[in-house]
Amino acid sequence: MPLWDWNYAFDILPDLVLALVTTIEITLLGSVVALLLGLVFAVLRRLHIPVLDQVLWAFIEVVRSTPLLVQVFFLFFVLPQFGITLSAFVVGVVGLGIHYATYTSEVYRAGIDAIPKGQWEACTALSLPRLRVWTGVILPQAVPRVLPALGNYVISMFKEVPLLLAIGVVEVVNEAREIGSLTFRYTEPYTIAGLLFLLLSYPASMLVRRLERRRAAA
Amino acid sequence: MPPPDTTESTTEPMTEPTTEPMIVFDGVEKRFGTNVVLKDLSFTVAPGEHVTLIGPSGSGKTTILRLLMTLEQLDEGTISVGGRYLSHELRSGTLGPPREKYLRDVRKHIGMVFQQFNLFPNMTVRGNLVEGPTRVLGLSKDEANSRAEELLDLVGLKEKIDAHPTQLSGGQQQRVAIARALAMRPDVLLLDEVTSALDPELVTGVLKLLQDIGDTTDITILCVTHEMGFARDFSDRVMMFDGGRVLEDAPPDKLFTDPDHQRTKDFLQAVLDH
Repeated sequence: MPLWDWNYAFDILPDLVLALVTTIEITLLGSVVALLLGLVFAVLRRLHIPVLDQVLWAFIEVVRSTPLLVQVFFLFFVLPQFGITLSAFVVGVVGLGIHYATYTSEVYRAGIDAIPKGQWEACTALSLPRLRVWTGVILPQAVPRVLPALGNYVISMFKEVPLLLAIGVVEVVNEAREIGSLTFRYTEPYTIAGLLFLLLSYPASMLVRRLERRRAAA
Repeated sequence: MPPPDTTESTTEPMTEPTTEPMIVFDGVEKRFGTNVVLKDLSFTVAPGEHVTLIGPSGSGKTTILRLLMTLEQLDEGTISVGGRYLSHELRSGTLGPPREKYLRDVRKHIGMVFQQFNLFPNMTVRGNLVEGPTRVLGLSKDEANSRAEELLDLVGLKEKIDAHPTQLSGGQQQRVAIARALAMRPDVLLLDEVTSALDPELVTGVLKLLQDIGDTTDITILCVTHEMGFARDFSDRVMMFDGGRVLEDAPPDKLFTDPDHQRTKDFLQAVLDH
């Protein structure tokens, strides 16, 4: 048997691409959760609301200090005991989303902290309502600055999706594993799976780098 | 500039027909940690009066403006503007800590121009000028827009209305910042070293603009500056600060030519030599 069988490779490609679609779906939906929730965390922490501040701090520390796999198992196997049963796909989106929200919140925080004090003072001098200060002045300046960093987290998240095979999500790597276990040929499926990740991650990280350069030039 | 238009204000007019002071500091003390910046400070400013605060750095001049803009909280005493406490809120006969909503309401009548301009870089010049009037005073887009155009005309930057702040020189940015403060039709305007960050050749234009505004409006103006020539022409009154206290409080002619204190003489000499 040759080390690499082209016919076999082309045979299994459609199934792997189909599984890649699931990977992309989870990445995109997870990113929405991570980017929105992270922003909420960052703004709430900045408001220093007693009790809520400590609770949020503790939550973020716990999530960041424990493996994503443990969190995913918790959502998938433990939550049903409390009457909350989520599909593997939803657990993937929520698990990745919350996990990465704790990281994006730090990114947003850095962006918010980088806004000069004078901007806040100008808002006070104009008597702007608090909500408008955030939506009109602070976030429109803070978020563009941190887009590259956020983009990098989206790419990392994309590469972490295969971890969800532990709860049976059929994404690319899981599909490759199943194909391999049926045919006992692993070289092609895993190689193609890896290449598919490379094919998407690499251009994405180039895009982020261009964004970084544009921000640096601005 | 016409006087503040009362139809735009939801609150009672700030200016009484009587000669009640516009600004009252009563026994104000401000500390940063153990450092006492202002000590038992009491003074009043009449409506329409132009007062310049001078003194060595660290003498507390800027802190006075920042207290008036509620950018700092005081430790003792009271401050009121237009007859309403800024430092406290009067609720059912007792003074308590001010709530955000009350503060915003009192603050609407006070404008401030900063040393570093602090324009919003994510908005155009127009955006900067309509932000307060539409979001705080409740003006329509059209009203706010025509007010913005009027004010840009006044500060000589009509053609820059759709420019971004970063495309403007420091002097132009400061003119826009002045226009932004005026767009709120404030009763009190605070000028915090507004020419200190400007290149020397741009200073004169900004000072001339301020002189015009002083001459043509009845806004009460408090000004911290190192431009003694401007202070002399512009002010009705000059207050010399030293170590958190008012050392001398006199009309500019007296203070600049014949000050009572040697400390004032030394300070003025030092500024001249600079």
